[in-house]
Amino acid sequence: MKERIVHDLSHLPLHGLGTASLTWWGTCAFMLIEGTGFALSVAVYLYLMSLAPAWPIDAPAPDLLAGTLLTCLLLISLVPNLLLRRWAEREDLHKVRIGLVVMTVAGVLPLIVRIFEFPALHVSWDDSAYGSITWLMLGLHTTHILTDVVDTVVLMALMFSRHADKPRRYGDVSDNVMYWNFVVATWVPIYICLYWVPRL
Amino acid sequence: MTGNRNARTREDDRPSDTDVSDAEGERRLLATWATPRTLKGVLSTVDHKIIGRRYIATAFVFLILGGLLALAMRLQLAAPEARFIGPDRYNQIFTMHGSTMMFLFAVPVMEAVGVFLVPLMIGTRNIAFPRLNAFSYWIFLSGGILLWVSFALDVGPDVGWFAYVPLAGPEFSPGKRADIWAQMITFTELAALAVAVELVATILKQRAPGMSLDRIPVFVWAMLVTSFLIIMAMPAIMIASSTLILDRLVGTQFYNPAEGGDALLWQHLFWFFGHPEVYIIFLPAVGMVSTIIPTFAGRPIFGYLPLVMALIATGILSFGLWVHHMFTTGLPRLGESFFTASSMSIAIPAGVQIFCWIATLWAGRPQLKTPLLFVCGFIFTFVLGGMTGVMVASVPLDTQVHDTYFVVAHFHYVLIGGALFPLIAAVYYWLPKVSGRMMSERLGRIVFALIFLGFHGTFFPMHFLGLMGMPRRVYTYQPEMGWGGLNLFVSLSALVLAAGFLLFFIDAIRSARSGPLAGPNPWNAPTLEWATSSPPPAYNFRRIPVVTSANPLWDNGETLPVAGGLNIDRRELLVSSVVEALPEARESSPTDSIWPFWAAMATSILLITSIFTPWAVVWGSIPVAITLIGWFWPKGEPEDEA
Repeated sequence: MKERIVHDLSHLPLHGLGTASLTWWGTCAFMLIEGTGFALSVAVYLYLMSLAPAWPIDAPAPDLLAGTLLTCLLLISLVPNLLLRRWAEREDLHKVRIGLVVMTVAGVLPLIVRIFEFPALHVSWDDSAYGSITWLMLGLHTTHILTDVVDTVVLMALMFSRHADKPRRYGDVSDNVMYWNFVVATWVPIYICLYWVPRL
Repeated sequence: MTGNRNARTREDDRPSDTDVSDAEGERRLLATWATPRTLKGVLSTVDHKIIGRRYIATAFVFLILGGLLALAMRLQLAAPEARFIGPDRYNQIFTMHGSTMMFLFAVPVMEAVGVFLVPLMIGTRNIAFPRLNAFSYWIFLSGGILLWVSFALDVGPDVGWFAYVPLAGPEFSPGKRADIWAQMITFTELAALAVAVELVATILKQRAPGMSLDRIPVFVWAMLVTSFLIIMAMPAIMIASSTLILDRLVGTQFYNPAEGGDALLWQHLFWFFGHPEVYIIFLPAVGMVSTIIPTFAGRPIFGYLPLVMALIATGILSFGLWVHHMFTTGLPRLGESFFTASSMSIAIPAGVQIFCWIATLWAGRPQLKTPLLFVCGFIFTFVLGGMTGVMVASVPLDTQVHDTYFVVAHFHYVLIGGALFPLIAAVYYWLPKVSGRMMSERLGRIVFALIFLGFHGTFFPMHFLGLMGMPRRVYTYQPEMGWGGLNLFVSLSALVLAAGFLLFFIDAIRSARSGPLAGPNPWNAPTLEWATSSPPPAYNFRRIPVVTSANPLWDNGETLPVAGGLNIDRRELLVSSVVEALPEARESSPTDSIWPFWAAMATSILLITSIFTPWAVVWGSIPVAITLIGWFWPKGEPEDEA
């Protein structure tokens, strides 16, 4: 087919940020998948609860300390996380490096507290359906923290390498910030489910 | 808002497609985009056309395997008290047939057609996240091999394609058969989710300039809605299959009523996925039909907007129907009434679609070529399947025919009639684009006659067998039941159907090797995939088309308006805005990489070994992490610039 050039694209930037970036959309799509998974796990929790004569089944309600401490840690981590996004938008490499180190620590700390959360449930995964769903929800969320920490560590290494100072790398940092916000946001309904619904 | 501060007159000093002659531009684009013909090239390619072709071919191999199992079942059922297949093998065979057709053929093949066609139809050079696309194919292949090797070793799953508990639970299914089914689900859903994410990003962000939402081809709309259905529905089956494995492997109690679990929870989770699954298979077919009809009617589709709205409405409604698979489980009356109403309401968007298709044919000058023949066969068959669908949406009738051959007839009418007929039409229509060669019109008519007659001969009598009380999934029956005559007729018709498929495959292979050359646009079709050569070059389009109407090749005469200025020495494509498709950035597209293959192998090892020990998840995740880092770490290529 004959062609007639009617438009010139050569002035466009070589990488878009935010909604002009494909990885932004990819991250959103994966958050939608995982968010649906979390929502379904909450639905399963409530479904099993609606069937049980008493809830929790043959167990006391979980201790609040570890879970609440972890919730606080996650909420506090949003502050450096949002700062990191601002620094990434300004393409300030020095501060982005500091921010990634801080966020690595902010990701590892909840993992340490999580170790104490499982025993605080006072139920094993094979005791009852209550034990199974609480371990599943906690495990699912732990996987998300762990994945994001590994992601952050790799990104940190990348930002200390020669590949760092490019718009697409700052876009990666922004997407990582968005994903951590998601990990924190999904924890809130799970925290309420695991720790406060049994106390209703 | 995005990266404007980076905008300069020219972002780099690499040559663009307007700096050189057309021939020189094509030569250099090919050097940039082509896949080398080496083993490493085969394993590393990220070309959506190569991966799409592989995906389609593999899915058709699974169709043949699943079809052979169906023939085996028909052989066994042809006469009462036949002794060809024992009950245990028969259980494996019908489970393998259903699982193969649903998870290894129908969903993957529809997505794969999208992988091949969507980037061409929207005028871009590759799919978004092409390495994820490669990963998805290898994962899909591994899942299929897992299932079929297990079957060959006599440990194929034997619990039905929906693996109801408690039958599939640890108490009644010892051994690893049910775990292999559940883990095959994990493989195929992972692969499907990956493709869904790619298609969403591609369709929303990589459309050619000017392809605003109201100019997107209907097939692309259908793939967008389908991808969202996959994203929202498949997590349910992944949770279901994972919890089933946990119940079987580490003693969780999700489905054990004695410890507070619930068997119906499985059915809720399965059908919350399972009903949208039907539309994940059907909506791409709607898109194919809506694309094929205008070409052969010689006029634009009647009712573009209602058709797109019907696609979206079907997608939303599909999440409110799942309980109609559970009418006989004793749910509350009010719930049953609600799901009857919602099940019947889905007939409304389906009716809108059928009206638009008939109106398009009515107002046009239809040329009855093979693709249109299959489309007509689809409309006839699908309407019949839809009728029985409205029937079984009613609780009293469903209670009567549940688990009988009436239901078997119904879902084969909607699945084969509603999806496979359009798919065969799509093969006749688009294979010339894939291979550059035409299929035979003469053989196509014979294929249609055999498949159409064979299909109805096979499945129409099953309605009567069901009403006569023949349950599905029985490996034999007694002569005094009086089902022998109809069953023999069904089995003989199945041979006619199989002969039709055999001829179809012979025609497809013969055409791909030595059919007459097709040229860029053999059907005088209006959509962008026909603007490039057949088969398309590795870079799809020499320059990105500029779209000014919904039927660009009909409305632009002999000259295609295009946009120049993309790099030719690095893989670059255009990112555009969601609603109006205004150009936003010249984004790089990832190069070939072996890492997605290794990542898929590491993931496969993790998933297969975790059938046997939960610790596989722990140590198996280390190679997965290593391969993923290898995948994402920049290699200092031109594509990493900016």
